[in-house]
Amino acid sequence: MAVPEAAEAAAPKKFVDPDFEPEIIVFACHYCAYAAADLAGSMRLQYPTNIRMIKLPCTGKLEVIHLLRAIEAGADGVYAAGCMEGECHYLKGNLWARKRVDHVKDLLAELGIEPERVEMFNMSSAMGAKFAEVATEFTELIKQLGPNPVKREGVSPHAAAREALGGVAMPDQAESSVAVTVEEGHAE
Amino acid sequence: MITAERKPLDEILELVGDKKKILVAGCDTCVAICLTGGEKEAEILASELRIKAEQEGRAVEVEHTAAIRQCEWEYLDMIAEKIEQADVVLSMACGIGIQSLAEKFAPKLVMPAVNTNMLGMPQEHAVWLERCGACGECVIGETAGICPVVRCSKSLMNGPCGGSHDGKCEVTTPEKEDIDCAWALIWERLKAQGREELMFVNRPPKNWSKSSSGGPRKMVREEAKPV
Repeated sequence: MAVPEAAEAAAPKKFVDPDFEPEIIVFACHYCAYAAADLAGSMRLQYPTNIRMIKLPCTGKLEVIHLLRAIEAGADGVYAAGCMEGECHYLKGNLWARKRVDHVKDLLAELGIEPERVEMFNMSSAMGAKFAEVATEFTELIKQLGPNPVKREGVSPHAAAREALGGVAMPDQAESSVAVTVEEGHAE
Repeated sequence: MITAERKPLDEILELVGDKKKILVAGCDTCVAICLTGGEKEAEILASELRIKAEQEGRAVEVEHTAAIRQCEWEYLDMIAEKIEQADVVLSMACGIGIQSLAEKFAPKLVMPAVNTNMLGMPQEHAVWLERCGACGECVIGETAGICPVVRCSKSLMNGPCGGSHDGKCEVTTPEKEDIDCAWALIWERLKAQGREELMFVNRPPKNWSKSSSGGPRKMVREEAKPV
């Protein structure tokens, strides 16, 4: 009898609530993932509306506390989307981000929360399809995991994450067009 | 600098017990430099404690703060108000800072959130190596600037021992791989300095009474005491 029991323990059946709509915070790099999201939109690609984006100048600006604050405020999932490895505009920002995400995974494990709720993805600005694919797959994974055990009514993970970031978070696309133009001018 | 490592969360939770108002107090000097107990890390621990309490349905208030230096009375004044309001203070400073805080605000409950482990130097970013044992009687003038007290696994004054192989120490554990033999390093550097003869000096047993074996130490600089 021990064998079937062990098999059952190894693959516990998750209760999946069909009505559960997770809230997912995405920390997106201005140079790649944010532009990839734009492209996904232009390409008319569908991706879940569960994701809430926060634009960063680079995922390297992301700190452990920013990810943790989003979880603390009840985000069901959080991921950072940075440039392809080796392609970071600031050389190594995305590599630092991956290390910090990994550290948060350890902290979550210590807290008894699934580490899979936090992830790091890499993509270029030309990868609109990849952006949509990542958003879809991650949302599906979080739906399987169920709600964040520390979810509270009336607390917005998106607002909490933005607040934790302070001045690091960049304004949304419409407001930032001037800033982008200036940076492009520098690049020339 | 003084280095420390954070205690496991379960141990911290046990120390905090059922207290409702928790203050995580970081220190922005040594433990901040070794990325263990500065304001950033205090904020992370406070967040973790809030998440844990929420998970378990416990109503607690967790705040964080940091003193510029927890081991000096003056800097503790700057965070006094928050400390007074807490049921328990989780200090992330080194053992010195934790005790200063506990003494100044006695009988306030002050608990250590870190294990202070050594006087070390950053060998590279995020890697620290022990360099000094604060033994009270420095010998590195004779040992080519390499401390046999903490860098030799056996603290030998007349090394190396038979466990030195190809410049490496025989002491190896999963956490302490590849320890250089301090006496092999001393020999190489003495040769480079042209002072090999120091290797053959027979050093008498070290006077450990000047270290912590002699009881708590006290230092007074009369010329600097306030008049």
